[in-house]
Amino acid sequence: MINIEIDGKHIESESGSTIIQAAHSAGIAIPHFCYHKKLSIAANCRMCLVQVEKAPKPLPACATPVSEGMKVFTVSEQAVKAQKGVMEFLLINHPLDCPICDQGGECQLQDLAVGYGGVASRYAEAKRVVTHKDIGPLVSAEEMSRCINCTRCVRFGQEIAGVMELGQAFRGEHAEIMSFVSSTVDSELSGNMIDLCPVGALTSKPFRYSARAWELSRRRSISPHDSLGSNLAVQVKGNQVMRVLPVENEAINECWLSDRDRFSYTALNVPERLTKPMIKQGGKWQEVEWQTALEYISHGLRDIAKRGGAEQIGALATPNSTLEEMYLLQKLLRGLGSNNVDFRLRQSDFSADGKQAGAPWLGMAVADINQADRFLLVGSFLRKDHPLLASRIRQAVKRGAQANVLHSTDDDLLMAVANKSIVAPSAMVSVLAQILQALATEKKARLDGAVQALVQAGSPSAEAVAIAKNLAGGQHPAILLGNFAQQHPQAAQLQLLAQHIAALCNAKFGFMGEAANSLGGHLAQAVPFAGGKAGMNATAMLAAPRKAYLLLNVEAELDTHNPQQALAAMYAADMVVAMSAYKHFASDYADVMLPIAPFTETSGTFVNTEGRVQSFNGTVKPLGEARPAWKVLRVLGNMLNVEGFDHDSSEAVRDEALGGMDVSSKLNNTLGGTEVRGLGTEQAPAHHSAPGPQSSALSGLQRVADVPIYSSDAMVRRAPPLQATHDALPPSAAMHGDELAKLGLKPGDMVKASQGEGSVRLSVVLDNRLPRGVVRVAAGHALTAKMGAMFGTISVERA
Amino acid sequence: MLSQPIQEKLDRELKKYPVDQKQSAVMSALRFVQDEKGWIAPEDMADVAAYLGMAQMAVYEVASFYHMYNLKPMGKHTLTVCTNLPCQLSGAADTVAHLKTRLGIGLGEVTADGKFGLREGECMGACVDAPMFTVNNRKLCGRLTAEKIDQILAELSTEQGAKP
Ligand code: SF4
Ligand code: FES
Ligand code: FES
Repeated sequence: MINIEIDGKHIESESGSTIIQAAHSAGIAIPHFCYHKKLSIAANCRMCLVQVEKAPKPLPACATPVSEGMKVFTVSEQAVKAQKGVMEFLLINHPLDCPICDQGGECQLQDLAVGYGGVASRYAEAKRVVTHKDIGPLVSAEEMSRCINCTRCVRFGQEIAGVMELGQAFRGEHAEIMSFVSSTVDSELSGNMIDLCPVGALTSKPFRYSARAWELSRRRSISPHDSLGSNLAVQVKGNQVMRVLPVENEAINECWLSDRDRFSYTALNVPERLTKPMIKQGGKWQEVEWQTALEYISHGLRDIAKRGGAEQIGALATPNSTLEEMYLLQKLLRGLGSNNVDFRLRQSDFSADGKQAGAPWLGMAVADINQADRFLLVGSFLRKDHPLLASRIRQAVKRGAQANVLHSTDDDLLMAVANKSIVAPSAMVSVLAQILQALATEKKARLDGAVQALVQAGSPSAEAVAIAKNLAGGQHPAILLGNFAQQHPQAAQLQLLAQHIAALCNAKFGFMGEAANSLGGHLAQAVPFAGGKAGMNATAMLAAPRKAYLLLNVEAELDTHNPQQALAAMYAADMVVAMSAYKHFASDYADVMLPIAPFTETSGTFVNTEGRVQSFNGTVKPLGEARPAWKVLRVLGNMLNVEGFDHDSSEAVRDEALGGMDVSSKLNNTLGGTEVRGLGTEQAPAHHSAPGPQSSALSGLQRVADVPIYSSDAMVRRAPPLQATHDALPPSAAMHGDELAKLGLKPGDMVKASQGEGSVRLSVVLDNRLPRGVVRVAAGHALTAKMGAMFGTISVERA
Repeated sequence: MLSQPIQEKLDRELKKYPVDQKQSAVMSALRFVQDEKGWIAPEDMADVAAYLGMAQMAVYEVASFYHMYNLKPMGKHTLTVCTNLPCQLSGAADTVAHLKTRLGIGLGEVTADGKFGLREGECMGACVDAPMFTVNNRKLCGRLTAEKIDQILAELSTEQGAKP
């Protein structure tokens, strides 16, 4: 600890900290632009000049480390003179367009100019003009003359997003912020540059000119998309959500937001919103009263239960539904006598059901990622599925941690990767087993009988050994299973292997939950094995069609593991009730559509992947006749005379669902008693490092299906600015060059990709980082909705 | 793709730096490109970025920061006239004016036949010989007078196979 004095106040500060950090921790404000606590120090704006005793001239507080006995004056005559001088320089070239500037009212330059600026400018010469740029649909760079060249946006790209998309070109007074030859900024975190820009140079394109900062009321909420549970400030004007900003929470999203969380609000008031209950009669959709619709449903359900038994009813929810919604959904189903309820719609291996000691979770606190020194990332489209977890891991890697990757694609993680094994989906288990085997050798440990069957004779591949050695060398390793691993047809085996690897190297191990409430769904018991007799899981319910389905937020052809199967089940059913905020393809297969409220129009709770229970209130009134789904389900429960549907608030539902539960005691990834099947020959490629040639004569290619970041749920699929980004380009068929050669294809060709009964036309993309023997075709997108399972064989031929 | 000769030169350059600091060679790489084709196109910068494992924008920052890199095609002989203060005091304005009339182009322009380009430059650290220009950033011509300029232009016009 170092003792210093700022403005006469005695302050203890950590050695190595800067004056501005010491001042901020003591609540003393120092004006600044380029300094940001999460970014490296650039010290280029000079706004933070302060007087330091014995220093011959003012020093930049952001770049001057504290030293014992230092006396700092932030408001002395010398300091203020320096600050005013800097401000005068900054304003020389700054346009006086505050009245038409979107940043007006929340502009650091404007604020500080009030304190340090002159009344009039002494500068009468020509001002510099910087041309506007088009850097994509999210961030506007239309008024670059306002830029004060603080380079926060540039440093954000380099340091946090991991890719330098903006830079400062030219020099001196010609310096300007731009992207490389007018390319767009494509980072999934780009919106943070808007927050960081201290002036109105970078502004939000979707929000531009729609409201003034001071007209907006600010309401807290929680992101409904990824499983991080980012804290949001939803800003509202006249009962309309105008924009979404981050609320700082160091333990979760720090001060950042992913673009998905930030811009998905643009889907709230699109014309496709479903605003009236509707019933299909004689093949025609009719708008009806809520009462009519609910009575229709309760009659229908009763009837089906009476004729075919309650097991003929199935309920599916997306993991983006709230805890309260999922709780009431399963309670309703179980009240009717059916255990067929599930939210794990993209999962395909349910063999771990009921065998896991608790609910699957991250296995650590989100903030623990900062301390990990080794990572093994198994089956994760990390950047797109978990943009901010990716950023956290990136920061850890920058501080010296080492990342290892096992996956079926090799997308750039924008961080250094120490070792990777990129193999076809069918080889994932084998490689993970090799890693375990190598680790056991490394640790001179004997393998547990439970996993012995998965480990084959022969020596592990070089990559597996490298990964094992790397993990063994760490003090705090973390093993994280991503969405791909959870959706994998051998998910339980991957889990079991990861668990044993973790045990051997003393690692934390867990799942990066698929969506906002993937953990909450388990706590809400919206799984078939939670109560009494086990019901049917998501896949079983669709494989053996039910007579009635209740769909909560679900788009059957986009949110499920196997769209073909899901749609067939929907068409075969007698009654499908689609509870949705949007009109969608359910109009083709459903009988009733109920307009329910998206997260901004209802109160609710999401439990993030580390087990943090976060409740939120509605921020605006529901649109049209839409109603919060928990209310809809409660009324439905009453109509069906199911006991215990008398909650008068979502809090009451939540309290019943969690029942004073100590959530942390429910979290446990340990898999016991899973029957581990040995690998069939089909899934057991020899122990070569798997991107080698595949011997199987090309009867088909293995599908690798990602769910693109802006296809992940109903809301983001309808957010126009997100759909205009590079990440939302239509799915393609990406293959290794060798596969293209075999098929006589070249990039840009159109192919017919067939899976099961369906086929789609896709354009061919060359990706030599993919393993051989696979074709990457995204799921969750209308273009590929006719395909079958996310994992499986696809045949590809020239269209 | 960078041409074979450039790659070879660049590989030699890279030996001077630690393997994880490949970007240290960016200025040399840009110079090699310009030596070969007279200017540096965005595609060349992208190639350099790929070769050195840098962000494309980071290469652009460097290329646009330094004045001696030509970001657009210049003449076979590009004359860069120093217009900083000592040269100005010794008549750099006349030098520029003379060149403009002789070549019929302005600063930053290229003659129609592509032979000559004209640029303005910063102090070349040789003020003692003011006023002056360089030819293709390599050859310094100082103590310029109208006659001397005409003579240099005549020599350059007839020079065969001069490397741009
Ligand atoms: S655009 Fe904004 S953040 Fe970027 S350098 Fe300019 S003022 Fe700073
Ligand atoms: S904040 Fe210190 S120089 Fe910019
Ligand atoms: S001012 Fe022209 S060479 Fe120095």
